[in-house]
Amino acid sequence: MQVEEYKPLIVAFCCNWCSYAGADLAGNNRLNYPADVKIIRVPCSCRVNPMFILRAFQRGADGVILCGCHPGDCHYTSGNYYTRRRMALLFSMLDYLGIERERTRVEWVSAAEGAKFAATMNDFAQKVASLGKNKRLEDLRCKK
Amino acid sequence: MQKVSREILVDKAISLLNQGVVKAVFGWRKGEFDYDVTPAVFTTEKDIKENFVFNGFCGANFSKYLVAKTVNFDGKILVFLKSCDTYSFNQLLTEHRFDREKVYAVGIPCDGMADISKVKEIAGDGVSKIDFEGDMMKVTTLYQDEPVEIKLGDVLLERCYNCKSKKHVAYDELIGEDGEVLDSNRFDEVAKLEAMTPDERFAFWQGELSKCLRCNACRDVCPACTCEKCVFDNPNSGVENKAAANSFEEKMFHIIRAFHVAGRCTDCGECSRVCPQNIPLHLLNRKFIKDINQFYGEYQAGEQVGSRAPLVNYTTEDVEPCDVFKGGEENA
Ligand code: SF4
Ligand code: SF4
Ligand code: FES
Repeated sequence: MQVEEYKPLIVAFCCNWCSYAGADLAGNNRLNYPADVKIIRVPCSCRVNPMFILRAFQRGADGVILCGCHPGDCHYTSGNYYTRRRMALLFSMLDYLGIERERTRVEWVSAAEGAKFAATMNDFAQKVASLGKNKRLEDLRCKK
Repeated sequence: MQKVSREILVDKAISLLNQGVVKAVFGWRKGEFDYDVTPAVFTTEKDIKENFVFNGFCGANFSKYLVAKTVNFDGKILVFLKSCDTYSFNQLLTEHRFDREKVYAVGIPCDGMADISKVKEIAGDGVSKIDFEGDMMKVTTLYQDEPVEIKLGDVLLERCYNCKSKKHVAYDELIGEDGEVLDSNRFDEVAKLEAMTPDERFAFWQGELSKCLRCNACRDVCPACTCEKCVFDNPNSGVENKAAANSFEEKMFHIIRAFHVAGRCTDCGECSRVCPQNIPLHLLNRKFIKDINQFYGEYQAGEQVGSRAPLVNYTTEDVEPCDVFKGGEENA
């Protein structure tokens, strides 16, 4: 019997100025990363509010990763410093509610780091795959 | 026993009203029963004399009411504040939510307020009358011949057992002596949860949050929740006003509610007090407070007017989100 390989659905929020360009570079260099990573471009990592992360899970994501410029390099000077605090608290809260830690991540990826982008996505997808489907934060009505 | 009596507060209110210092008084109004005490605005001496109450059920924090009441009000309003309430008062001032000039704040001492659900657990249903005598309350019920005697200290609100401060951080005038900031054990329960396995934590929260009726009382009472338009009233939010449709919505609502006040929540305990389902909401708020203290340094919202809340602040050396679990791997 052939078992269909489980592929996690991953949502990656990428800031326009660094990480999205990093993803572009990964593509230009023909670096492989899982096709199940869906990128959502945001103007800055701090555009992402906690609702976005939860909403992604609601709509069926198994893992959510947020990528932005390296601290100090944010196009808007300090956006990613706020992101860092917000996400630290949110992830800690999700963990407190018993949601698996590996389902969320923040990574800083610059426009020159195409290789890092691909490596990060491969690693993250693998970790999430090992956790299996997101059951604890799913909304049954959003299931097709 | 409360160190301050109803008579003292009534006299104070009436004299300030009659002197013209204030034009209205925030107070606790008698409800149908001795324990259902409602926040109310009094404007006449007669009304105050007849309906103003002060007893062990005056937990309600008036700070948030000032936002709506002062807006188009001409003159000052008198507000009585317990020490915990003064933190909310300051936090609202920090956020420019009301005009300090329009308020006359009188700090009152407090020895803790009672939780009616704990009283009912002991005395049973059908509570018809509660008389206070010093530290004791005599609870008359429909089903028992003799009144049940209960010590106030045995039925306090959760927040009062873990009172963080008897010191008033804001007032124009103080009745009685001021107390001290206390060393409370308010993070103990949070630490216990943190020490559980993720499966246990998930089961715990699933059990608690699935009781939620989405009455929104916790949001409505919260002095940190003062947005005029709330995300939970937005029909596109997926968690607008209605019973949560499934376990995701329950969690979404509670995570977002607690997150929106993270760094601004003074731990006043009103949300847990009003929850008709007795959901320990303070355990969510205190998790944020505990994390903030640990990651970004001790911070007590409302302690000082004008202090910058941790989530609208940063340092270049802040902990990375992926590192927040370091050192706690054993509970992964
Ligand atoms: S979240 Fe609860 S404890 Fe915190 S300020 Fe609001 S009502 Fe008070
Ligand atoms: S007060 Fe309690 S039941 Fe009502 S919405 Fe808040 S948590 Fe749910
Ligand atoms: S612009 Fe990239 S993180 Fe702000």
